[in-house]
Amino acid sequence: MLKVVAIARPACFYTEYDTQLGDSVRGDGTVSVPHALLALLSEGPKYGLQLREEFEARTGEVWPLNVGQVYTTLQRLERDGLVESDGAADEGTQKMFQITAAGDTELADWLRTPPDLASPPRDELVIKVLVALRMPGVDVPGVLQAHRAYLVQLMQQWTRIKEDAADDDLALLLAVDAELFRLDSVVRWLDSADSRIRRSPAVPVNREASARPLPRVRRKTGARR
Amino acid sequence: MTALELRDVSKVYGDGAAEVHALRGVSLTVEPGALVAIMGPSGSGKSTMLTIAGSLENATSGEVVVGGRALSALSRNERARLRRRSIGFVFQDFNLLPGLTAAENVALPLELDGITAKAARKAALTALEELGLADRAARFPDELSGGERQRVAIARAVVGERRLLLADEPSGALDSVNAEAVMRLVRTACRGEVAGVVVTHDAQLASWADRVVFLRDGRVADQTPPLPGPESLLTPGRGQ
Repeated sequence: MLKVVAIARPACFYTEYDTQLGDSVRGDGTVSVPHALLALLSEGPKYGLQLREEFEARTGEVWPLNVGQVYTTLQRLERDGLVESDGAADEGTQKMFQITAAGDTELADWLRTPPDLASPPRDELVIKVLVALRMPGVDVPGVLQAHRAYLVQLMQQWTRIKEDAADDDLALLLAVDAELFRLDSVVRWLDSADSRIRRSPAVPVNREASARPLPRVRRKTGARR
Repeated sequence: MTALELRDVSKVYGDGAAEVHALRGVSLTVEPGALVAIMGPSGSGKSTMLTIAGSLENATSGEVVVGGRALSALSRNERARLRRRSIGFVFQDFNLLPGLTAAENVALPLELDGITAKAARKAALTALEELGLADRAARFPDELSGGERQRVAIARAVVGERRLLLADEPSGALDSVNAEAVMRLVRTACRGEVAGVVVTHDAQLASWADRVVFLRDGRVADQTPPLPGPESLLTPGRGQ
């Protein structure tokens, strides 16, 4: 039986941010910056700026991070005893951080703890489709197609990034694959919903989907907050 | 000159009460160097569209133009010649002849077109080499993995002077890594004067295309606009 280890996480422990893929679609991935920093520190002591650069390089630059996030997170990790700094740095001088034994334990536990996928997310797309179903006069298959086309356009853009990636850029290839599989699963859900709805006699039939703006995949520079 | 044009193409099977409208006034233009994906659920008409585009079937009405030549103006023999010379097909189940080696399978369409066996074999070996299969040329299909068989099928589809590559679920039974390898090859083949049309229900496959056309109940329901160049993906603040 799978053992789910509960990590003690103060309310502010996880830094959650989205990948902001377009005007209306937000990535729902929660990136655990603290654990990513612990992983980098497990290789040896490092400076804050160095941690940011290595974090971005290892996630194929798909998940950007700003310096403020890095230092805020390091302060919290230090407060919780998971990292320690040389402590001697003066104002304006970079501090060197290193992982503690408690940090090593925390990291090992985190790697084997499944993410919380048990609770259904409050998915905006699902809610929109459910709302559309209840609204009179709405062309529901048309709504589904609008979202399907948008998602496929996003997938085309991610695929271009993959196509241009170097064969040995494993971090980028894995990160892009993860995004493609995530978007693909949503398209599959739309296809399944389409099929179910078409079999239901109570739903209005299709009409031409309206023109939509092209979504933009933003990598590195565009998503930083 | 476009690589492929479908002008208001319809296809009806059967008649009377058994009449089935597989395609209803479909128009599509594919430029040289472009890869277009046709997506749609089962029964949407996407495979029919591909067989008509490849002159394997005739349209009930409308016109199909391949490389500037209207199929309706060609005799049966001329259409067969056009198919052999200009159009390459890739199917989900590979359709390789089991009694021929990889090189012989690839060379076959050229030999059927009257090219000498020696020249056809040379062209086949070149095509296999480009797809990383030089060391598999003498193997029979049952001695190859699924991914290798499909690469042989792609080599057969692009060998010689083909200008139009038509693929129906080309990575259907392959795992995701092999499927990606197949799509990379299809994408690479569709450069310069060669255009491609891939029929699929798989969004990951379709995402390799320059344009995705959504077919529904025999009609073009929607399509994606041209993609911005890759530089736009890296431009700060775009699309906000």
